[in-house]
Amino acid sequence: MLVSEAVLEDAHEDVHKTQPWNNPDAVPYIRFENVTKKFGDFYAVDDVSLDIYRHELFALLGGSGCGKTTLLRMLAGFEEPTSGKIFIDGVDMAGVPAYERPTNMMFQSYALFPHMSVEQNVAFGLVQDGVSRSEIKQQVAEMLGLVQMSKFAKRKPHQLSGGQRQRVALARSLIKRPKVLLLDEPLGALDKKLREQTQFELVNIQEKVGTTFVMVTHDQEEAMTMASRIAVMNEGVINQIGTPFELYEYPNSRYTANFLGQVNLIEGVLVDDDEKYAVIKSEEAGCDIYIDHAVQGHQGMTFWAALRPERLRITKEAPEESKYNCVAGKVEEIGYLGGISTYHVRLASGLRIKVTEPNSTRQIEPRYTWEDNVWVSWEAGAASVLNK
Amino acid sequence: MSNKRSTFLISALVFGFAFLYVPILLVIIYSFNEGKLVTVWAGFSTKWYVSLFSNDGMIDAAWNSLRIGVMSATLALALGTPAGLVMSRFGRFKGRTLFSGMIAAPLVMPEVITGLSLLLLFVTLEQMIGWPAGRGLSTITIAHTTFCAAYVAVVVQSRLSGMDTSVEEAAMDLGAKPAKIFFVITLPMILPALLAGWLLSFTLSLDDLVIASFVAGPGSTTLPMKVFSSVRLGVSPEINALATLIILTVSVMIIIASLMILRSERMRSRAAAGTEPQP
Repeated sequence: MLVSEAVLEDAHEDVHKTQPWNNPDAVPYIRFENVTKKFGDFYAVDDVSLDIYRHELFALLGGSGCGKTTLLRMLAGFEEPTSGKIFIDGVDMAGVPAYERPTNMMFQSYALFPHMSVEQNVAFGLVQDGVSRSEIKQQVAEMLGLVQMSKFAKRKPHQLSGGQRQRVALARSLIKRPKVLLLDEPLGALDKKLREQTQFELVNIQEKVGTTFVMVTHDQEEAMTMASRIAVMNEGVINQIGTPFELYEYPNSRYTANFLGQVNLIEGVLVDDDEKYAVIKSEEAGCDIYIDHAVQGHQGMTFWAALRPERLRITKEAPEESKYNCVAGKVEEIGYLGGISTYHVRLASGLRIKVTEPNSTRQIEPRYTWEDNVWVSWEAGAASVLNK
Repeated sequence: MSNKRSTFLISALVFGFAFLYVPILLVIIYSFNEGKLVTVWAGFSTKWYVSLFSNDGMIDAAWNSLRIGVMSATLALALGTPAGLVMSRFGRFKGRTLFSGMIAAPLVMPEVITGLSLLLLFVTLEQMIGWPAGRGLSTITIAHTTFCAAYVAVVVQSRLSGMDTSVEEAAMDLGAKPAKIFFVITLPMILPALLAGWLLSFTLSLDDLVIASFVAGPGSTTLPMKVFSSVRLGVSPEINALATLIILTVSVMIIIASLMILRSERMRSRAAAGTEPQP
């Protein structure tokens, strides 16, 4: 098929616009250069370099104590890096105090001023800048409209529900039109239902105002729903940066694979490799794992095959092609979640494999029950191969 | 079984409160005594209150006490608030424990020692720089400020350490400079604690006899000193009337102060609780 070069170029430009990180010429909006932060002898952030582009909704994801909040606080100016540099829109932020930075932050506790009304809270940033009264009034009204809190303008924070406080905090941090909005666990204090609803609202607001958002979260689902890109952090270092898709489908390590979604990790040794395929022999699984692409490494090296539970099939009979990618075991646990069912299958080696199956048809009784002997199999393309 | 225990508890309660409050109650009752003898009831009258208000010495002393109380409570607030702020916001530094211990020391120091050391200080200062010239209201005020400031510092510190620091950070993030943050955000939030600290200081200053006796000079007799000296010459029913008034003033102040602390506690816990929806 012939494709004109102009069309190709257009497509290319489009990708560069929506995915600036894939454009080598794009200038990052926020840049961390070898940033380290020590608290005493403890490295909270250890030599982190990171580029974030304009209009991104970037998520820092990690467990507690991984350094994600410290990174955010250094961006806001509440902490100074021990070494390294931070640039926002090309300006070195060293020595710039928090009150002069082009960033605003939405705090995990919302940190609303308890003695001020909703209106006064939202206006606070503009009042500091000496904006005229009529201007403030108009902007506050606009912002409260954006977060649908106009009705509550005269209330005090303690008269609001958690979700309402969250909106006020968002309005307050957006009103100065910061270059970067920092969100520290923005939905952490909301209950599950409200959280899911607010995730999309937040993304919509981000698209409307066009501000660059940097968000800290420990909730992988939240990060995946909202973020354009995610940095997975662990012990002060960034483990991997990528779009939600990249991180889920192509994790670079067991840590990332484990952190995003659920995964079965099967240890094995590379026994055969070629330009087009690789075979990993696994004692744990009791079978050979056939991979449909080449693997970087030499024979005899230890690898882990990462298999997502939803990519596995569970059957009562052995599949026809049972040389590779097929293990036998016993159903040990069943979790019925309505839409899907989770099975824990214990292999002969003692390894437990998690399989999820969609319940796409209505059933009279569960397909498998405890102590059933079953086979678990997968396609050659299902596994990603990890070496660390 | 439980009945027995409750009888025991009730009698313990009654005894305890009687032990504490019967003397005070007697003072109040005898302040309305008609007769001149303090210990013999001769009928109801308010004449001792009338005679109290025409006793110039007593009124002067009361006036002195009030002035000293207001002044030293205000000064203690000005000194104690920064101290409390530093103790809760300065972070860790070497000798922090020593510093906080030193701030709290006047609370446990025997009054005699505080009074004596301050007297020595004032005398030395007068000889060296000529100030304070003699002893009087100003020296008592200074002396009261020293120990009241410690109380204020403790109250402010405990209020601040219970406060979410991210509120102050949020103000800074929105463009407010540190000094402004203190006046616009921190101060209003700790206002109840400040008022409570002020009332507490005022009450303590009003009560103090020992320290005031050390550093007082001619013409600066405070109410407790006046009462103490006149009782030594024989108790007059007038004193009972005065005591009743003092008890009333002090109780009202303590009650207001505790209500304020309670209210700020409640507001804090309500602000922290967060998620309960309200109509």
